[in-house]
Amino acid sequence: MTSPAPILHEAPVSDLDPFSLAYFDDPFPHMEALREAGPVVRLRRYGCWAVARHAEVHAVLSDWASFCSSRGVGLADFARETPWRPRSMILEADPPEHTRARAILARVLSPAAMKGLRERFAAAADRLVTGLAARGEIDGIADLAEAYPLSVFPDALGMPQEGREHALPYAAVVFNAFGPDNALRREALESSAPHLSWVADACRQEKLAPGGFGAQIHAAADAGEITRTEAELLTRSLFSAGLDTTVNGIGAALYCLGRFPDQYARLRADPALARAAFEEAVRFESPVQTFFRTTARPVRLGGIALEEGEKVLMFLGSANRDPRKWERPDEYDITRRGSGHVGFGNGVHMCVGQLLARLEGEAILQALARRVTAIEITGTPERRHNNTLRGLARLPLRLHAAAA
Amino acid sequence: MPTITFVQPDGTATPVEAVEGESLMQAAINACIDGIVAECGGNCMCATCHVYVDAAGLPAMAEGEDALLDGAAAERRPNSRLACQIPVTPALDGITVDLPDRQL
Ligand code: HEM
Ligand code: FES
Repeated sequence: MTSPAPILHEAPVSDLDPFSLAYFDDPFPHMEALREAGPVVRLRRYGCWAVARHAEVHAVLSDWASFCSSRGVGLADFARETPWRPRSMILEADPPEHTRARAILARVLSPAAMKGLRERFAAAADRLVTGLAARGEIDGIADLAEAYPLSVFPDALGMPQEGREHALPYAAVVFNAFGPDNALRREALESSAPHLSWVADACRQEKLAPGGFGAQIHAAADAGEITRTEAELLTRSLFSAGLDTTVNGIGAALYCLGRFPDQYARLRADPALARAAFEEAVRFESPVQTFFRTTARPVRLGGIALEEGEKVLMFLGSANRDPRKWERPDEYDITRRGSGHVGFGNGVHMCVGQLLARLEGEAILQALARRVTAIEITGTPERRHNNTLRGLARLPLRLHAAAA
Repeated sequence: MPTITFVQPDGTATPVEAVEGESLMQAAINACIDGIVAECGGNCMCATCHVYVDAAGLPAMAEGEDALLDGAAAERRPNSRLACQIPVTPALDGITVDLPDRQL
């Protein structure tokens, strides 16, 4: 006897545009509506599927064989249209190709490698925060969330000095390009040429400072593990993903600590909580909001049958606020056990730079905890709009300096 | 359900009823055992679920786990393992797992 056909449900349909400015300005009610609508929702506007609950987001992230990355992690399906730039060897690849590339970056950004950077990163954080605390009135984004990563990451990577002003605009293009063909994406691509050519040139071995991440990636080409062109492409991944992400991560932490003064007081009382405070900010704000996958075969998800070749949009930020997974999801709590949040993704593509991101976040929050007694938001924060990244353009802050 | 006993550096021992199929890391996190951080959520990417364990029936160590353990915060010993890479099986019933003095 054959078993009865499984009962499949009709997916709820939503007209939401999660790439609109109105959504970016206040996404949380929309996330809740998506989560409540069902485990899998059809987004009519983009003809794709959406998952917004933790369980399904985690499931899609964990199953690369059904939900592949090689057809692009944006809305564009690389099987139907040519990618706007040469495909990433790591982000936009599946095992086994992905595994080979990943092993090299994982080595360059390993826990052991981080130990070697710790002191330098902590000293830079302390210098910056000491100066800002003396000044008092600052823009938390330009003066801190951008200034700190810019003071450590380009040097750690070995970026050429000349042209570094292209690094943040380049990343903004990359993250906007994952979105649909909207104004943000079109404007980003139209102005991208100078940034693209600078990055392509800066990824060449002779441009990268010795000892940095880029040089170490090229050493893998010297050893014959990858080709020279592949080394350039892998280096490009660090230009794309290594700077704007931590800017928004640190910005998120400052915004959280400014809004939740009781949590800042806890951090101040115990600076050892700095790393956890950063991690909780990554959960709470989810600087990387969304990524797509493409179904590589027919697959069933949350009771819905998906065909091969369909795009699935994962709402990482919504999964990180799902009350099915988290107690008091809308509270920023630096003593929460946040293991299992998907702010850095999950599965084989989980952020390969997560340890570096945490190192930066920990260093800057620890310096603040030591040198600043309170963080006060003194004006209306301004949002920065990007199809993938969530963060602020401006965050007026007053830092109250601790007695030296 | 297999019982796993987690032992803190100060000797405090906490027995935990673990579910077969989950990892030692998940068993510890679910039981709110201090001393396991698991920043990467079990993806073998962070080395903050480092434990010391000697037992028959442990799976062999893969290359990725071995490399990661070199960067663990606490001293690496011959019996160092990553708890997220060890699935709970009936063979592990009754074992003791020692926690290192730090994960970060
Ligand atoms: C707070 C900061 C950061 C956040 C929130 C973040 C978030 C993420 C997420 C969600 C993914 C998964 C992508 C996917 O599943 O398709 C990812 C992958 C990646 N991240 Fe990060 N990231 C951060 C910092 C960094 C840094 C500092 C670097 C480099 C030094 C980096 C490099 C990468 C790379 C290369 C990938 C692709 C990995 C792969 O496909 O195997 N990220 N990141
Ligand atoms: S939880 Fe990260 S390596 Fe085990």
